[in-house]
Amino acid sequence: MIRVVVQPEPIDTAAELALAEAEAGGAGAVASFTGLVRADDGVTALELEHYPGMTEAALRHLANEAVERWALLGATVVHRVGRMTPGERVVFVAAAASHRAAALEACAYLIDRLKTDAPFWKRELRGDAARWVETREGDIAASARWLAE
Amino acid sequence: MAVEMLYFAWVREAVGRGGETIEPPAEVVTVADLLDWLGGHSRPHAAAFADRGRLRAAVDQRFAPLDAPIAGAREIAIFPPVTGG
Repeated sequence: MIRVVVQPEPIDTAAELALAEAEAGGAGAVASFTGLVRADDGVTALELEHYPGMTEAALRHLANEAVERWALLGATVVHRVGRMTPGERVVFVAAAASHRAAALEACAYLIDRLKTDAPFWKRELRGDAARWVETREGDIAASARWLAE
Repeated sequence: MAVEMLYFAWVREAVGRGGETIEPPAEVVTVADLLDWLGGHSRPHAAAFADRGRLRAAVDQRFAPLDAPIAGAREIAIFPPVTGG
């Protein structure tokens, strides 16, 4: 099962994990990754903008690729949009597979590729000051690594 | 033919709107041509599109290079490099 959600509501990781386990019949492993809003250098809030329609299609494409590449029994991508504060969940990915290696690798793949291949934009707020986040070179390299293999 | 333009993040702020419907002339062949044409008619567009190295595009909701042709496209989006996750 593939589950892709873009939502302004907080991400319920317990519910998402329970769903991933329930829907992945025969899986021996469910791995997940949760990304939180970092509180570093004075950030008071984060705003996430996206491209409705294209975002969901891009995430679904990545989930399909992961399912095919690791023969997954399930893949979940949940991304929050709108305004959130440090400590809140911004993204959740999960992969269900027969064995742990595939589930763990697929999770890394989903989060690495999501950072370069899905149309989201972050704006950091520090009090009244706002700044659009620039792409990190490390993120580009992490994503490209999967395409080179 | 009419094309829906969409702008995101600081490109949206610089242009001053989230989108618009345009009718580019036949000599506008690529996304880059489109940016030149829009910038030629409006100072905010010209400023938003000045540094091409900081711009990315999608044609009909698929990422596309700036030299991609726009023939037949219904929706073209211009935005900075993505920063999700």
